[in-house]
Amino acid sequence: MVTSLGADPCLGADGGRPEAFRLRSRRERSAATRCEQASARRRPHVAHWRKWLVVGPVLIYACVLVLAPLSALLVGACSEGLGGLFAAPADPAFLRALWLTVAIGAVVLAVHAASGTVLAWVLVRHQFRGKRWLDAAVNLPFAVSPVVVGYMLFLLFGRSGILSPLAQRLGVQVVFAVPGMVLATLFVTLPFTVRELVPVLRAFGTDQEEAASTLGASGWQTFRSVTLPALRWGLVYGMTLTFARALGEFGAVLVVGGGIEGRTETATLYVYRALDERQYVAAYSAALVLGLMSLLLVAATELLKHRTPRAEE
Amino acid sequence: MTYVVALVVLPLAVIVLDALRGGITGFLGSIRAPLPWHALKLTLWTAAVMVVVNAIMGTLTAYALVRFEFPGRRALNAIVDLPLAIPTLVTGVMLVMLYGPQGALGGWVLEHGGFRVIFAPPGIVLALLFITYPFIVRSVQPVLVDMDRSSEDAAATLGAGPLTVFRHVTLPAIALPVLSGALLSFARAVGEFGAIVIVAGNIPLHTQTAAVYVLGEVESENRSGSSAMSVVLIGLALVLTLAVDLLHRRAETDEW
Repeated sequence: MVTSLGADPCLGADGGRPEAFRLRSRRERSAATRCEQASARRRPHVAHWRKWLVVGPVLIYACVLVLAPLSALLVGACSEGLGGLFAAPADPAFLRALWLTVAIGAVVLAVHAASGTVLAWVLVRHQFRGKRWLDAAVNLPFAVSPVVVGYMLFLLFGRSGILSPLAQRLGVQVVFAVPGMVLATLFVTLPFTVRELVPVLRAFGTDQEEAASTLGASGWQTFRSVTLPALRWGLVYGMTLTFARALGEFGAVLVVGGGIEGRTETATLYVYRALDERQYVAAYSAALVLGLMSLLLVAATELLKHRTPRAEE
Repeated sequence: MTYVVALVVLPLAVIVLDALRGGITGFLGSIRAPLPWHALKLTLWTAAVMVVVNAIMGTLTAYALVRFEFPGRRALNAIVDLPLAIPTLVTGVMLVMLYGPQGALGGWVLEHGGFRVIFAPPGIVLALLFITYPFIVRSVQPVLVDMDRSSEDAAATLGAGPLTVFRHVTLPAIALPVLSGALLSFARAVGEFGAIVIVAGNIPLHTQTAAVYVLGEVESENRSGSSAMSVVLIGLALVLTLAVDLLHRRAETDEW
């Protein structure tokens, strides 16, 4: 039923009142009847004006809140000609920053794909004391401010931090370096895969796993050939969200990484620095590139959502 | 288990210990100083305004998405997810371009409404609304889908008007998910940094929020200030997360 606004016969000016039927041509009437039947299946007595009383404000709100700023960004990046669009992609500093962002995202993705699956498994299939606390701890990074996350790592691994001797012995610099930024991003993205997998795992149940182990499959075999395929789409979906979040992380990597140009500057930090130095076209086009990457990710997740059997819609 | 403890609990413990080094009075002193106190109040009231608007519009959006067919429904469904993916910093840049002094709408608002949006509290509220738009919608939507509609139909058959039905039948059923979505967006708003630092600037006693304050104190190496404010933010996050968790548990045991 997704038609363009003007072409929808269900939205006739008369609101589909039956009295108006006599005055219509046969073609109009059959179209109207089809609509009437369709809406009768959905909701017999919802008048159209009432529907648009709810839908109209919602659409206006969504457009003003989300779409208008988005188009402003597009217009702004083009303000100095189409060449401005490519200001950031042509800047080697931006490419280096983007590369660092993607590299951090990839590491985080690999870690969370494994640990997220294990965590979800533990949360769904095992009963133990402190499970509630574990559950809450997994959600916490969602609510803690990213600046605070960066600052915590700063305290842990900074000059007088309690873990800095350990880091020194291992020979890694954490603060103002890439390892710290990876840790910060890991913290911030912890909930995403777990939260995606827990409902899938719960809905999947244990029947098939029990059947497999009754038939002599080992624990690992069961997991690999029974559980994992069931989790596949949930995992992909969770990982897309994780990557999108890692791509856009800003506060935590700013505090722990310091945003040193060429060394710890991610794509978001590049935008921040460009704004600071009043290089607006570069900032806008870099923001646009980041925004577009996120849009593609959302489009991908939308596609995946339709392939996963989830009762969301 | 160890992994979560190492990744989440250990850093939290360190920061709490650091904040309490000066004792409780030292901690309170660093919070009650004019700068952090104003930042904290600003953070809380902008988040509160956001929650009220978001609760109304988010619930309406979920209702529209579930109950009505209309052109652009699928597009709206996708738009709701956008703020989850767009980096918050980019959100800030977008809002400045639209509502900034040179922006398409900013000049108009300044001329006709007489107030600034960007580098002022309204910008903060707008940024928070953008970022938290999905939370209430996505929390209410599945409940509306699963809801048994026979009681709504029964009420309507018995002569209740649509508003009465909504208020007495639908609303009680979705009250918990609205509340948990609202708490979630509040928690997210209190910690928000990327969008706000761009939209609000960093004007102490005017547009400096709690998270931006922490950054300033870290940069000027004032550890007592940044640790104390961090602990407040963590405490808020902890309380709100636990509250959301509790609501989810209630929702699982209650059958509607």
